[in-house]
Amino acid sequence: MIEKDPITGVETTGHVWDDNIQEFHNPLPRWWLWTFYATVVFAIIYWVIYPSWPVGSTFIKGINTITYQTDAGEEVTSHWNTRALLARDMQTGKSAMAQKAYLNEIAATSYDDIAKDADKLAFVESYGNGVFGEYCAACHQSGAGGVVGEYPNLIDDDWLWGGAPHEIETTLKIGRIGFMPAYEETFNDAQLTQVANYVLSMSGEKSDPALAAAGEEIFHGQTGGCHYCHTNEGTGLKSQGAANLTDKIWTIADVRGAETDEQRLERVKSVIHNGVNRVMPAWSSRLSDTEIKVLTAYLLNKRAGGQ
Amino acid sequence: MVIEMNEAPLQFVEYQKIIEPRSVKGRFRNIKTIILVLAYLVYFLLPWLPWSREVGPNQTIVFDLATHKYYLFNLVFHPQDILTLAALLFLAAVFLFFITTIAGRIFCGFFCFQTLWTDAFRLIEQKIQGTRVTRLRLKKQPWSSKEKLLKVGSTHALWLLLAFWSGLTFTLYWAEARTLIVEFFTGQAPFAAYLTTLIITVTTYLAAGVIKDAVCVHICPYSRFQSAMFDENTAIVSYDERRGEAEAGRAKPVKAMKSLQQRHEAGIGDCVDCNYCVQVCPMGIDIRDGLQIACIHCGLCVDACDTIMDKQGWPRGLIRYTSENALEGKKTSRFGVRTVGYGLATLAAAAVLIWSVVATQNLTVDVSQVRNPLFVVLSDGSVQNSYRFKFYNKTMKPADFNLTVEGIPEATVDIGKLENVHLEAGRGLRMFIRVRQAPSVNGAEKNRAIRFKLTPISGEFESPVYVDSQFIIP
Repeated sequence: MIEKDPITGVETTGHVWDDNIQEFHNPLPRWWLWTFYATVVFAIIYWVIYPSWPVGSTFIKGINTITYQTDAGEEVTSHWNTRALLARDMQTGKSAMAQKAYLNEIAATSYDDIAKDADKLAFVESYGNGVFGEYCAACHQSGAGGVVGEYPNLIDDDWLWGGAPHEIETTLKIGRIGFMPAYEETFNDAQLTQVANYVLSMSGEKSDPALAAAGEEIFHGQTGGCHYCHTNEGTGLKSQGAANLTDKIWTIADVRGAETDEQRLERVKSVIHNGVNRVMPAWSSRLSDTEIKVLTAYLLNKRAGGQ
Repeated sequence: MVIEMNEAPLQFVEYQKIIEPRSVKGRFRNIKTIILVLAYLVYFLLPWLPWSREVGPNQTIVFDLATHKYYLFNLVFHPQDILTLAALLFLAAVFLFFITTIAGRIFCGFFCFQTLWTDAFRLIEQKIQGTRVTRLRLKKQPWSSKEKLLKVGSTHALWLLLAFWSGLTFTLYWAEARTLIVEFFTGQAPFAAYLTTLIITVTTYLAAGVIKDAVCVHICPYSRFQSAMFDENTAIVSYDERRGEAEAGRAKPVKAMKSLQQRHEAGIGDCVDCNYCVQVCPMGIDIRDGLQIACIHCGLCVDACDTIMDKQGWPRGLIRYTSENALEGKKTSRFGVRTVGYGLATLAAAAVLIWSVVATQNLTVDVSQVRNPLFVVLSDGSVQNSYRFKFYNKTMKPADFNLTVEGIPEATVDIGKLENVHLEAGRGLRMFIRVRQAPSVNGAEKNRAIRFKLTPISGEFESPVYVDSQFIIP
């Protein structure tokens, strides 16, 4: 028989203490109870599908799997996990496929046509920025401005190894060794000063005409032999990566940053005295042909003229 | 210690009794019906109304989320036009406040979709199950009754159908209706379309069929802050207590209480205590208790009372739209600080909305100077700065621009091998652009303000667009 509390009308369990303290029967609301049962069912289904309980040193992996490719190109099927999910998404996800389509288009388009297509340029700019930031920016700086004396500036219009698309591609693929012998044993200080004056005069910087004339002799003569690499005109041999000494760009001696004429001369002298030894690694083994193409187009778009 | 057990237990939640309002005829019922029909015509037919556009869907209203374009008649809005949306929402809010200070909750009573849908649901219920009395009788029948099962079942089926069509119509506003409706019933529509329809169907069914008046009392925040907008001058649905109760209160028109003269002599008011106003109330309140939070000012009790007064041959208006001041015999001021303030705010919001639509720039240009490095010296000694441009062409036609720079006469803009800035219709573009200054310039300031000029060559644009930036030299 169901007992009811006469005042409130609530069902009681029949338990009474101290004459008038009764235990009411107030069951959980039905909607709450059914929601709770539903969560229990949900949990059990979840355990079957997804990784769940730890068992000893391993865990129940669930029946759901994800197939993706490793970096080595192997197809791997693993239990469901977010890392595999990310890997698969980065290979076959919607954005990944859109990016692949763009990359294929870039690979199939000539540099000339890329430069004429604003849409492709926008892609090259954003994708190239990522590749450049990862592989090149450590030396050439994130804005590709380089460091004078250390790493060449890639956004000016002076290219030591040639700035045509195929030349930039080659540089990226095989790397470069930029070398100029040290003249510390060849030249005495007077000769150093003369050659340095001549080098400054070639690009219109302030110099002593008499000393420069003497320096010109050494530059073109057997003593210095500078013209072998820098050519008679001083414009530099691209095959040797020799600098153009006649333009306003200084890649090794920081002439532009010098404050006095003496400092300017000292900096040029120092480069001739010590020589240059720079290395850029080869990237063909680390970057794909398409990545190298994007990088080349990225650099072409950044520098003057955008060609 | 003796505990008094005879007191009623504290009740924290007042259980809602289910309201079965009686139907009524009259002015406000007619207005409500006209508004309901008009609102439904607009809501249900608008997605089907064709609209010709050069580019974009041939539909009056489409909120195209995939391409971030919102088509409204001849206007196309973009995410950049968020100010317009803000102005619209602000206008809606202050206009609502303005109306509320003047005429109370007439939005609630006549225009709110909760009221409209509940009203429509009740009309369906009434058509199938009959008047209030028959409905109450039907309610008392056991579920084994075939009549009850059939009538209540078909009511709910029709409710669900209306709720479903409301949900589907809502979904149709977000895509091309003609295509989507075919996809929807052939199982090819996007998952979001099914989910949206399901959510709106369920919420409509629950809100208009089950929760009904409790939405207005317990869920909607507006009923709670309405009290801040009312004052003694606001026209609200009120019971004229002085006329209805007089000195000796209300009384039924029995025996010697039938004519107005007899009643007035006995000090009895004009209210015949017929309870019609209570029975028709969709919120289940008694308006004679005065202004209360549940009242949505729909005016149905006015219709009810007017019907009775007409029958008695007494003047109408025992329950009417009037202000507290008027009821107390004072003057109703129409131009209070509140009314004027909200009115001015409404005008200002409307002005901002119109301005934001009219003055919308069809071309947005963002430029940021590349700061790493700030400049580069080229082989001939000239200085180059680079800029990242972001264009967005909001028109529905492709456009070409010639990009030049002002502020440094010797400078040239270098866009490489591109002929000009070409923008596709309704699309954005990002460009990396260089500006070069000839080497001959000496003694110029290190940081100079410049202005890019976009001269239209083709497309819908007529006047040039300018954008400011700066040029830095060593």
